[in-house]
Amino acid sequence: MHTRSVQPSTSFEYLMWIFTRISGLAMILLAVIGMSGAFLLGARTQMDLPTLMRWTFFPNPNHVVNSNIPDVALGWATAYWQIMQMVIFFFAATHAFNGLRVILEDFIGESFLRPLLRGLIFLLWLFSLITAVFVILAS
Amino acid sequence: MALNRKVGFFRGLSYRGGGPMLSWMLHRITGVGILVFVGLHVIASFFMQQTGSDIATFINTIYESWVFQIFVTFFVIFHALNGLRIAILDLWPRLLSYQREALWLQWFIFVPVYGLTVFLLVQRSLVGG
Repeated sequence: MHTRSVQPSTSFEYLMWIFTRISGLAMILLAVIGMSGAFLLGARTQMDLPTLMRWTFFPNPNHVVNSNIPDVALGWATAYWQIMQMVIFFFAATHAFNGLRVILEDFIGESFLRPLLRGLIFLLWLFSLITAVFVILAS
Repeated sequence: MALNRKVGFFRGLSYRGGGPMLSWMLHRITGVGILVFVGLHVIASFFMQQTGSDIATFINTIYESWVFQIFVTFFVIFHALNGLRIAILDLWPRLLSYQREALWLQWFIFVPVYGLTVFLLVQRSLVGG
């Protein structure tokens, strides 16, 4: 029988637990901000609902190119949205890879594989962040 | 004797946890699903953008098709609403006595939002575009 010790002090697991909740709420809030920004830029007359939803989930100009926006570069393809995208992606990627870590650790349990798993997930997380920055900046 | 956590996968599936267990399983499945599908989309977009790769275009064509989007939107909307319920109940544990009402509210929001999404996806596909 394996008993886990109570961890009253801040640990990696505790911080990630809090981060998962906060990042989840933050992503919903960022989506609301994205959607509001779209409406302020004239989305009501310039695009249909699916395009608006694509923008809401991730404010990338590629998501709205096939709409009636006269010029995507004005207002939609600005640095503000690029930074928003990077923030959203950071929260999403960390939230997701932490979730993956929790699920896999449930199956693996206490074993020498745990540090290996964490290292692999860390590398995947880093790789996806770098890829996302490239995609965002080159859009 | 204390809890034995070393239970096999299929033995674990036979645990009769009811609705809450289904929510927990779906939350995990949708979470991993989002990671895989959206992650593949990001990687494929990267390669499409940088190299014009045919495989990447193929992956993105599947991803953007309306049939696939019916699944992707289910994954995202369910995970978001269920996660919102979990996050709120975790951060404000006093609300746990309203767990049942929270679940009711979650499905009350999910059904029309997802229903509208599927309706629009199918309708637009039938119109062509």
